[in-house]
Amino acid sequence: MLISNDKSYDARQAQSSVRVADVLVIGGGPAGVWAALTAAERGAKVILAEKGLVGTGGATAAGNTTTIYAGPSSIERDAEIKRRLNHAQGIADKRWVERVIDESYARLNQLADWGYPFPRDQHGRSYRGSLRGADYLRFMRRRLRKVGVEVLDQSPVLELLTDDGAAAGAVGINRLTNEIWTVHAGAVVLATGGCAFLSNGLGTNGLTGDGLLMAAEAGATFSGMEFSGQYGIAPLFASVTKGIMYFWATFSDEDGNELASEGDRQGVVARQLLKGRCFAVIDKATPYVQQGMRVGQPNMFIAFDRTGINPFRQRFEVTLRYEGTVRGPGGLSINVDGATSVTGLFAAGDAASRENMVGAASGGGGPNATWALSTGIWAGRAAAEFVARLGNKHHLRKPRPIGQAGLRPAREAELGSREVIKRVQDEILPIAKTFFRREDQLRQSLAALDSVWQDVSAELSAALLPASELVRAREAAAMLATARWIVASAIERRETRGLSRRIDHPEKDPALVRRFVTGGLDRVWVSPEVQLGALAS
Amino acid sequence: MIELVSQERCIACQACVSACPENVFDKVSHKPPVIARPDDCQTCFLCELYCPVDALYVSPFAETHEAVDETELIAKGLLGGFRRAMGWEGGHTGGTDRDLTYRMFEDGRVAP
Repeated sequence: MLISNDKSYDARQAQSSVRVADVLVIGGGPAGVWAALTAAERGAKVILAEKGLVGTGGATAAGNTTTIYAGPSSIERDAEIKRRLNHAQGIADKRWVERVIDESYARLNQLADWGYPFPRDQHGRSYRGSLRGADYLRFMRRRLRKVGVEVLDQSPVLELLTDDGAAAGAVGINRLTNEIWTVHAGAVVLATGGCAFLSNGLGTNGLTGDGLLMAAEAGATFSGMEFSGQYGIAPLFASVTKGIMYFWATFSDEDGNELASEGDRQGVVARQLLKGRCFAVIDKATPYVQQGMRVGQPNMFIAFDRTGINPFRQRFEVTLRYEGTVRGPGGLSINVDGATSVTGLFAAGDAASRENMVGAASGGGGPNATWALSTGIWAGRAAAEFVARLGNKHHLRKPRPIGQAGLRPAREAELGSREVIKRVQDEILPIAKTFFRREDQLRQSLAALDSVWQDVSAELSAALLPASELVRAREAAAMLATARWIVASAIERRETRGLSRRIDHPEKDPALVRRFVTGGLDRVWVSPEVQLGALAS
Repeated sequence: MIELVSQERCIACQACVSACPENVFDKVSHKPPVIARPDDCQTCFLCELYCPVDALYVSPFAETHEAVDETELIAKGLLGGFRRAMGWEGGHTGGTDRDLTYRMFEDGRVAP
């Protein structure tokens, strides 16, 4: 459907009401709420815009999370640092691992001081190694109210505003009222999460790389995008990617033959799925652990209880759902303060590259939750300080919208978001293309995706009126852009390291203990950084 | 995916409309909301948690729709089952103080 010019997106944007803030935080998961809270505590006027509700948006809300809770100079802290560096395969930075753990330890204690109802373990000690997402985020929402953060729920951001190359706000839409809104801000924090490509993993469908596309339009760069061969195990029919329960699983093929459990759980399932169907039974958990799962993590059992399956006794069919950069570490390159390469633009949580913390590995729940919390705090603090240095001058700026693909097509055409999404998913979701990679396949995928990008940048129109369509068009463009950075980076890493598995290069190459930086929209580029040997020791 | 807004139970508070992270519902003034974009449902079950009267049912099938019968769901105790297991009440949080997740980390099989 084409519409008349007076209702074009640009016209609606130009007429939209303008709010002014010191700091705009985009995304209301753990990283976003900590960023907003910290900036507000430093005296900044903060607006937080979330695509869904601050409380249900993001992967933590539905999934729950473990945390790393290890005090200064404790045995647990030393063990955790060792474990992280071991998993990271040379790509992490010990100094970052330490500062993330220490910052989170202090803040988890602060949560307890604020009255967060942590449970007690069997010895009666307050247990702070786990957070239930829905409860955690509702608790944080109340803290945000207390410090005067203005929360915009159901308000996906569509594009950034810049002034002279510096981030200066954003434009979004309220999905419930269909109104376009504009925020002028002295600094912007992207806490938009990773990209899971609408793979139906638990709580991840809102995570479509929106912030990555917006940042790229401002000129930001990314790192670690190749460490993204990450999938979560779920019952075949269900969304519930609660991988932890499969530590107690026995996997089998269709005929009930037990599968050798070499490597990690996902690898066992992935290799079987290339051959046929895969089944699991959670038969190694004692009744004590079973009760821990059931009482602690009710979401693990919804799919089973509602279909009459007893997962501890009955085999059920499983699949893998792609988790992309939500669990894979790739994302925006940031410095120690969370600053991206764009002036005034900061990033936190899964939107930022987590390589400093987890290297080439996933990091699962605990490291990732801890990373979100700590980088949220640092980005919020740095954004507030940046605005303080700007003084009142930022209110005099003339911010201009910079969104392109999906918002401002060169031609009017009928390219639909759903078609674009399908073509992206065809190249990214299959295990045979992303869990196990091969150069010729990667090159074919990149050529296909580049071709879709040409169509999208020229023709994908988001000028349709319903908010859901406008948002979907930008999501389609964001997933496509993210897919290209992933595939282009995966081509360059000609080895197997962590979540970047190459069947044509099955060994590690000692010369590749380095990161690959990527970026670009019309032309995607990848560039190796210097060897990380000094950092990994 | 979301399959039921109980017309009997719904009090038209629109909590699910505000809470849904995927914007699946459309508000209807003084009436139960409608499931306007069922295929956008990500099967996260969070709307059930926010519903104060257990009026919603999310089928665990994430990629196919399932016909459901409200009487049968009630008989099986499935309406509000997730909310009760979590310990939320009337749209308010609860239950984290009884969380036994720590038991999964005691046998050394997995690190948090």
